[in-house]
Amino acid sequence: MKIRIKFTKQGPVKFIGHLDVMRYFQKAMRRADVDIKYSEGFSPHQVMSFAAPLGVGLTSNGEYMDIEVHSMTDCDTLMKQLNDVMAEGICVTECHLLNDNAKNAMSLVAAADYTVTFREGKEPEDIKGFFEGLLKFKDQDHILIVKKSKKGEREVDLKNYIYQLSVSDNKIFMKISAGSADNLKPELVMEAYDQWRGEASPEFAYCIQREEVYGNTGDEANPVLVPLGLIGESVE
Amino acid sequence: MKKLALSDEILLSIEKPARYIGNEVNMVRKDTASVDIRFGMCFPDVYEIGMSHLGMQILYDMFNRREDIYCERIFSPWTDLDKIMREKKIPLFALESQDPIKEFDFIGITLQYEMCYTNILQILDLGQIPLHASERQESDPIIIGGGPCAYNPEPLAEFFDMFYIGEGETVYFELMDRYKENKKKGGSRREFLEMAAEIEGIYVPSFYDVFYQEDGTIKSMTPNNPHAKTTVTKQLVVHMDDATYIEKPVVPFIKATQDRVVLEIQRGCIRGCRFCQAGNVYRPMREHSLEYLKDYAYKLLKNTGHEEISLSSLSSSDYSELEGIVNFLIDEFKGKGVNVSLPSLRIDAFSLDVMSKVQDIRKSSLTFAPEAGSQRLRDVINKGLTEEIILKGASEAFQGGWNRVKLYFMLGLPTETVEDMEGIAELSEKVAEVYYEIPKDQRNGKVQVIASSSFFVPKPFTPFQWARMSTKDEFLQKAYLVKDKFRTMLNQKSLKYNYHEADLTVLEGVLARGDRKISALIEEVYKNGALYDSWSEHFKNDVWMKAFETCGLDPDFYTIRERSLDEIFPWDFINAGVSKEFLKREWQNAIGEKVTPNCRMQCIGCGAMSFKGGVCYENQN
Repeated sequence: MKIRIKFTKQGPVKFIGHLDVMRYFQKAMRRADVDIKYSEGFSPHQVMSFAAPLGVGLTSNGEYMDIEVHSMTDCDTLMKQLNDVMAEGICVTECHLLNDNAKNAMSLVAAADYTVTFREGKEPEDIKGFFEGLLKFKDQDHILIVKKSKKGEREVDLKNYIYQLSVSDNKIFMKISAGSADNLKPELVMEAYDQWRGEASPEFAYCIQREEVYGNTGDEANPVLVPLGLIGESVE
Repeated sequence: MKKLALSDEILLSIEKPARYIGNEVNMVRKDTASVDIRFGMCFPDVYEIGMSHLGMQILYDMFNRREDIYCERIFSPWTDLDKIMREKKIPLFALESQDPIKEFDFIGITLQYEMCYTNILQILDLGQIPLHASERQESDPIIIGGGPCAYNPEPLAEFFDMFYIGEGETVYFELMDRYKENKKKGGSRREFLEMAAEIEGIYVPSFYDVFYQEDGTIKSMTPNNPHAKTTVTKQLVVHMDDATYIEKPVVPFIKATQDRVVLEIQRGCIRGCRFCQAGNVYRPMREHSLEYLKDYAYKLLKNTGHEEISLSSLSSSDYSELEGIVNFLIDEFKGKGVNVSLPSLRIDAFSLDVMSKVQDIRKSSLTFAPEAGSQRLRDVINKGLTEEIILKGASEAFQGGWNRVKLYFMLGLPTETVEDMEGIAELSEKVAEVYYEIPKDQRNGKVQVIASSSFFVPKPFTPFQWARMSTKDEFLQKAYLVKDKFRTMLNQKSLKYNYHEADLTVLEGVLARGDRKISALIEEVYKNGALYDSWSEHFKNDVWMKAFETCGLDPDFYTIRERSLDEIFPWDFINAGVSKEFLKREWQNAIGEKVTPNCRMQCIGCGAMSFKGGVCYENQN
């Protein structure tokens, strides 16, 4: 049975890196007595995969992972079993039984929502101007940023990867491309804005939180973004 | 959610911020306002090392079972954070509450190896606690040391208010009760120290005066306070099953060095290797029952979710229920995705059979610890492993499919000759030859024999406490000699030889048998930037060498000096169970190349029987 699990990452656990989150969940499955499937071979490992790694320092309300189990009572019980053994800040919020032929979460990822706020004491002096500029930045025909890599510098146009960028309650919201093909980091959007306005924000100015991760159930020309938790669900 | 001691900016700019945030699964949470005693349990090294230590986990669990005590964890900040904390004057904090440790009642520091001593000063310094016990005020925490290096606490005497000699499960609660009692009646720090000094196993260094001879050795060490005892007797758990073990160990988010459930099957050792401090000070050997271990194996795996379980002891092959516990672990957990990792066992039919069940033979290696290259020298150190046993074990293992062997040796042992050193290469060669006796079509490729040698450091409470240690140059010459011998071996392409660093060994020798004068040296090197000395990338030998000069101390006095049989040692005031008479006898047996039988074969009257338990009473029900 394939199961998709949605969880949060809040508070101090935001400093735990992706590999350690994976190790954490492997141990959690055993503590919760989840009848999880193991791979074959001399050193079997749990059948478990994560949708999209989250950077260290970012919080999240929408992390996804897929597991395979031999048996379980029902999704609610599984959720309770897991939440009984979680560390503070990590909370399982959804559990979905998937069709046997459902694609795994990682291969589905097409976009993600993020909110960006200012860390205490790091707000720009002209916060109104900052946000107005951000909206102008977004409305350009091309959103160019110089990306530095090992191979040298190259210019990239972010326009096609930013699906939405808005501001409300002193909070920036963005829906941007994610996944293996065109992964855009929210930090890069803010960096592009800094480059465009010619002024850098202080170090560690932004608090970034992932809110949701989407798959595309449409096609490339007409994308239909659906939260991962609602894709491939088995109807009992 | 509780606020962290460090800001996001700091945590995001240092390596592995997860070392400092606490909040792990099974971390104990208490309301700090409703406890009477706040105890900071400190391992003076980095988080991943400290979190792998079994003793600290046992005591953390034990203290926190009491509602009136909140025990929290403290580790050394890594050098990146150390720098930031100094610059920004951030006080060192405990992981649980994230509160500054200077607010605590006690800081208990475990002393697992000598080269962590500068890190102790870092803990106090960053904790904003005076380094010297004599400078501490009523409001400062009581600093208490324990663990194996507390068997010679003198080099640290200036920095500690007290030491706990022996196993932590016995008198800590009594000490806590006295503390509460004293606090309740408004007693002073000094009054508490006096109460503590009367508890068995507690040593308060400031209550003793040390007088020296002209040659620098000790003339006498006498109590200067009527509450202090002349002899401090080590504490131990008489019946292991009566002691509580850990039920819910904290599960680190980041990978600790020891990322598994550890079952302590026994304490102490019957073998009597003459170089081994643990084998002497943890006497007598005491076992846990099989039922006790089974019960804890279930609980620990369930509560941690670890994917591996391992056994801990000084010599697992001597555990009388070894087959029972190993078969239980394999039968019960192997099919559930839990790895069973075995400690180094004596290589025989049983251990090879279980190893083939739990390890991938192609990837794993066999380990032997002959410790010395010749039978003569193995008799001197009383290591009961013979060449015949090693070659027979290796042969059986090779036939079972193994093709990698590790051999551990020591260089610089008392009475060592050129033949003994060359024996290291010769024994390694013989092991390789055993492999090539197997018909070619039945071999599993080439054999790999990896020999490693460490340099011998004489330790207190061992028969070798009188021994002269080698100098750095002597050590290196010995290593070169062995290396050259390896080059002349027939199968040299299948052999590999490694040796340890010599600088560090010399300092370990100074600290291990050091006296009170060494406190000044430790402080001097710390103030000149020495820290994390056990990490080779941070070890600064030149700082230590310069400090010897500044302090007017000679390392040779502590290392290469010949000690007479009637010399008073700095640790002689401790009764560790093994008597000085026994150690002297064993030292003479060593020189005479005489083997002493192990505790199960014959009682040799070491003195540990006075504790009335363990192997001494095994057949006397």
